[in-house]
Order: sequence, then structure tokens, then C-alpha cells
Amino acid sequence: MRIAVCLKRVPDTTTSIVIAADGKSISEAGVKFVANPYDEYAIEEALKLRDAAGSGEVVVVSLGADQAQETIRTALAMGADRGVLLQATGASDALEAARAIAAELKDGGFDLVLCGKVSVDDYHHQVGVMVAELLGWPCITAVVALKLDGTTATAEREIEGGVEVSSCQLPAVITCDKGLNTPRLPALKGIMAAKKKPLELKPTTLGPGTTTVLSLTPPAERKPGRIVGEGVEAVPELIQLLKTEAKVL
Amino acid sequence: MSTVLAVLESRSGSLRKVSLEVIAAARQLADAMGGTVDALLCAESAVAGSDALGAAGADRVWLATHPAFALYSPDGQAATVAAAAASHAAVVFAASATGRDLAPRVAARLGVSCATDVTALAVEGGTVIATRPVYAGKALQRVQLSGSPALVSVRPNTFAAVSVARAGTVESFAVPSFEARVVVSEVKAPPSAALDVAEAPVVISGGRGLKEPQHFALLESLAAAFGNAAVGASRAVVDAGWRDHGAQVGQTGKTVSPGLYIAVGISGAIQHLAGMRTAKVIVAINRDKDAPIFKVADYGIVGDLFEILPRLTEEVRKARAEH
Ligand SMILES: Cc1cc2nc3c(=O)[nH]c(=O)nc-3n(C[C@H](O)[C@H](O)[C@H](O)COP(=O)(O)OP(=O)(O)OC[C@H]3O[C@@H](n4cnc5c(N)ncnc54)[C@H](O)[C@@H]3O)c2cc1C
Ligand SMILES: Nc1ncnc2c1ncn2[C@@H]1O[C@H](COP(=O)(O)O)[C@@H](O)[C@H]1O
Repeated sequence: MRIAVCLKRVPDTTTSIVIAADGKSISEAGVKFVANPYDEYAIEEALKLRDAAGSGEVVVVSLGADQAQETIRTALAMGADRGVLLQATGASDALEAARAIAAELKDGGFDLVLCGKVSVDDYHHQVGVMVAELLGWPCITAVVALKLDGTTATAEREIEGGVEVSSCQLPAVITCDKGLNTPRLPALKGIMAAKKKPLELKPTTLGPGTTTVLSLTPPAERKPGRIVGEGVEAVPELIQLLKTEAKVL
Repeated sequence: MSTVLAVLESRSGSLRKVSLEVIAAARQLADAMGGTVDALLCAESAVAGSDALGAAGADRVWLATHPAFALYSPDGQAATVAAAAASHAAVVFAASATGRDLAPRVAARLGVSCATDVTALAVEGGTVIATRPVYAGKALQRVQLSGSPALVSVRPNTFAAVSVARAGTVESFAVPSFEARVVVSEVKAPPSAALDVAEAPVVISGGRGLKEPQHFALLESLAAAFGNAAVGASRAVVDAGWRDHGAQVGQTGKTVSPGLYIAVGISGAIQHLAGMRTAKVIVAINRDKDAPIFKVADYGIVGDLFEILPRLTEEVRKARAEH
């Protein structure tokens, strides 16, 4: 079983965001970067599937700055076999990112490509599906349960008020949601081994794309709230405020 | 041509509420561009209310029927929307479970990127400018769409349905031939046909402060008193197995923008705030007056939720009865 995992390096969501001088991007000084949380579900699923198949390879592909090598190493430490970094900066257009990734995966002989359902920085919800479309493969998104039976993949995805069950033939792209599995933590042995695993660097040029970021601004501050009161005695006043001031009751 | 395509959603023969919001957003773009709105509906057969969409802002309604559209058909609907989109300046999707799956398929086929989860739209110099939350809600991005058509998906509950008088003429739209590579075989309903947190007008979420899973019954009662509320949860209680993942609000759960969000026994961690800070009104109930949730709450009550909730439920029930 040959599986590719698309892994993006993103700012840790606990770090606060400072907007850079260009007014269009974030200042990276002091920001801790991690693997996109949804991509960790993709890595875990890939490792489980490879190990269940008894043979195969898990290849981690990341498009981004040189520092993404560290992110790839953490995936290798979890147990992935090798990594590829498509070196490029400013990959904010979803289709351009997908084009670069699809070009890398096209002739790799993969049975399955696993992505996260969304990157927590750009919040596109697009790259995985676009990679599938560019490869001409089926794609099931935001998957919380996945079963492979020969070359048939059956997956469950949560929709509003229900769970959608769908299936497709491999090769396919699956994008992973929380709930699919519990990602393992890299063990010390894995961390040591990861240092010796192959990590290929490939300079990549991205096209201009059809989306241009004009500005990045802090969200509108919520107007300062107030403590209505303490304990059960505050309930009538809260009700009054919800009725007359907020007009939501 | 300055026509805007609104991609609607229906389930089991009825229109989903978010469809009206999609038309409202499309209407806004069309008005700014001096164009018209075509609303496209992919369904198995007729959809109740599709002949009344003129009042919601549609100049024309395209009904694309196909047996495969009884359930969501990713490949079939992508082919249909892509065919319909060709003649349009912009296409508006819902950032719903279906819209999030569908929009990038259509985008790739049309060779453009989509601005997803948009919370505001503008047209400047003839091009669409979309505003969207990024970095887990910690920043707002304004992005210019230079592709043709301009694709956007709108976050549920952000564009209010409008009431205007347009023709809304219903025509049928021919579904192009497609290869169904992904086949949806069934939709399993959850045990209760509850409202989804992503789309409910009122969301009441509980956290670790509830102490035990069965205490969520207190929130269910409050939700029932509202009548239009869904019960959400923090990640801490989802990870503990108290609630389904589908109810999780936050960065690794759902992003919600309800009219009213009530956080009960939730501390207000940054990843939780990422999912609910765009709610119109936020109420927090927490016994710790320094809990970060109070920083984003419009109204807070400091105190023991077990004392406050029963009274709140009773008062909400009374207030609702007055309507
Ligand atoms: C990568 C990542 C992603 C994450 N994604 C999410 C996410 O999507 N959603 C999310 O919610 N979290 C997420 N988290 C977790 C988040 O950091 C917090 O751990 C979590 O939100 C805490 O849940 P809580 O507020 O229920 O629990 P706690 O932080 O334990 O808060 C419980 C609160 O209840 C109050 N309380 C206790 N007893 C009572 C009482 N009797 N009456 C009134 N108040 C009471 C306490 O004062 C406290 O404030 C994520 C974390 C990481 C690292
Ligand atoms: N720069 C990137 N490098 C590798 N994978 C990516 C990149 N951008 C997006 N992806 C993959 O596509 C998924 C969805 O990302 P997005 O469309 O940006 O929300 C992510 O979870 C990754 O699996």
C-alpha cells in the first residue's frame, strides 16, 4: 500500500497573531509552527493502513518554506517513511498549491492520498479536493471513519444533522476530520530514526493564482461585555437584556 | 455577463435554510454588478418552495433533476454546477458540509480558487472582494478574486435572507453526463433529529463545568425552551466521550455564527473562541469570574451553573410563551 500524506506547516493555534508590516501576512517572529492538526489525523491513518497492509510506504509531501522540513521530520518520527518538501513561499492560493502537489503525486504510483480537511491558517477547505480533481481521482472529504476493502474505500462524513456514508474506488484522495483516529506521539526511538530517513527538497515555482490577498486585519473587537450579576438572582436581568437590548429572545 | 449563480441545497425534497442566505449573498453581488441572480437547485425531483424563490431574490430558478441527486452526488453536482457556472460572473455556495465539498470540485474544474467561508462581500472596480476569517478567527483577510467566474462560499448565518420581489421563474436545467466516482449510499440520522450547531439560530454549549455527561440534560431543556436551539460542546467534553464530535465548537470542531451563543461551564480557550467569536450575541455562565470566556461575552453571569440553568430555562420558557 503506497500512501501519500499532504502535510502543511501552520502557526500553532495557541500563539497570538501579529500582522506584518506589509499588512497582508503575519509576522513570523516568535511564532511556533506545527503540523496542521487535521494532517496529523491523515498521518496516523496512513501509518495504520500501511501497517495493516503489512507492506508499503508512507510519503509525506509538504509545500512551503524550508522550515517545513522540521514539520516533515515530526511526521517521519511518527513513522512515515520518507518526505518531500516542495520549496516555495507565498503558497496562499488554493489551486496553485494543489497544482504543485498534484504534479508531485501524479507519477508516484500511490493507492491513496490523505489530506487534512482544512488548514487552520488559510482555512480553504480546498486543496485536497483540488488535488483529486487534478489527478482525476475520486475524493471523499471530512472523513470521520474509513474502511478499505480491496480497492474500495468506504467512508463516513458528518453533515448537518446526520452522517453521510459514501464509497469510491482507489486510487482516491481522502480528507480527514477529527474523530477519525487519535494521532500517536513520536517516540524517542522514532525521533532518532527520523533523522536518517530520506527528505528530498524540490524547488517549486507557483503560478500567480486567481486570489490576491489585499489586507489582513485583526477581527473587529467585540464590544466590551459585562457581567450582569452573580448567581441565580442575575437571571431575570439577563432575560430582560436579551429581550430588549440584544433582541434575541 | 453580470449574472450571479446561487448554488442552493435541498434535502429530502425541502430547501435548506442556508439556501436563502446564498441567494441573499448572490443578490448583493448582482446588485453591485448590475446583474441578475440565477438560483440552481440539484435535486431528485421537485423541491417544495422552489417556485417562491423570487421573493428571496432569485430572478430565475434552475431546477436540475437527476435520480442520482436523491442524496448528494459529488461528481454529478460538480458537473452540473460547472456547466451552469460557465456563463456567470460569480458563483455563490454555502460553506456547509455539502458546499465545502462541492465548491473546490467546481473551482478546480473551472481553473480558479474559491474564497471560502466568506463573511462579507463587496464589488470594487468590477471585481469581487471577499472578507473571510483566517488563522482560527484571529485575523480577517480581504481577498480579491481575479478569476472568472469569481467563486465564494458564505458562512451560514452571516448573510440574512432578504425579501424582495423578483420573478423567480422556474426552468429546468439539463444535467450533463457525468461519471459517479463517489457514490453516497445513505445518510444515517443521529438518534435525535436535532438542529445542527453550525446552522441553528441559537447554540447552547457545555463544557467540563457540567461535571458529568448526564448533566447535559440541563442544556437540552434550555434548548427545548428556546425551540430553535442546538446543543454544542467544548473539545474537552467531546474528547471525554460525553458528546458527539459533530457537536464540538471550535478550531477542530465547527465554526458557528448563531444569533445567540450561550457558553455554560466553558473556560473560553482560544481554540474554542475560534469557533464562536462571530456569534452575534454571546452569553457566558461560569463560576470563575476570571474565565477568559467573559472577555468575549456580551453578557455574563458568574455563578454555579447548576443553580442558574433551571431558573434560566424557566424564564426563557416564559418569555417564549409571551410571543
Ligand atoms: C490543537 C488544538 C485544538 C483544539 N480545538 C478545540 C476546539 O475545537 N474546541 C474546544 O472547545 N477546544 C479545543 N481545544 C481545547 C482547548 O484548548 C481547551 O482545552 C478546551 O476548550 C477546554 O474545555 P472546557 O472549557 O470545557 O474545560 P475547562 O477549560 O476545564 O473549563 C471548564 C470551566 O467550567 C467552569 N465551571 C466548573 N464548574 C462550574 C460550575 N459548577 N458552574 C459554572 N462554571 C463551572 C470552570 O470555571 C471552567 O472555566 C483545542 C486544543 C488544541 C491544542
Ligand atoms: N502547503 C501545503 N503543503 C502540503 N499540504 C497542503 C498544503 N496546503 C494544503 N495542504 C493539504 O490540503 C489540506 C486542506 O488545506 P486547505 O485547502 O488549505 O484548507 C491540508 O489539511 C493539507 O493536507
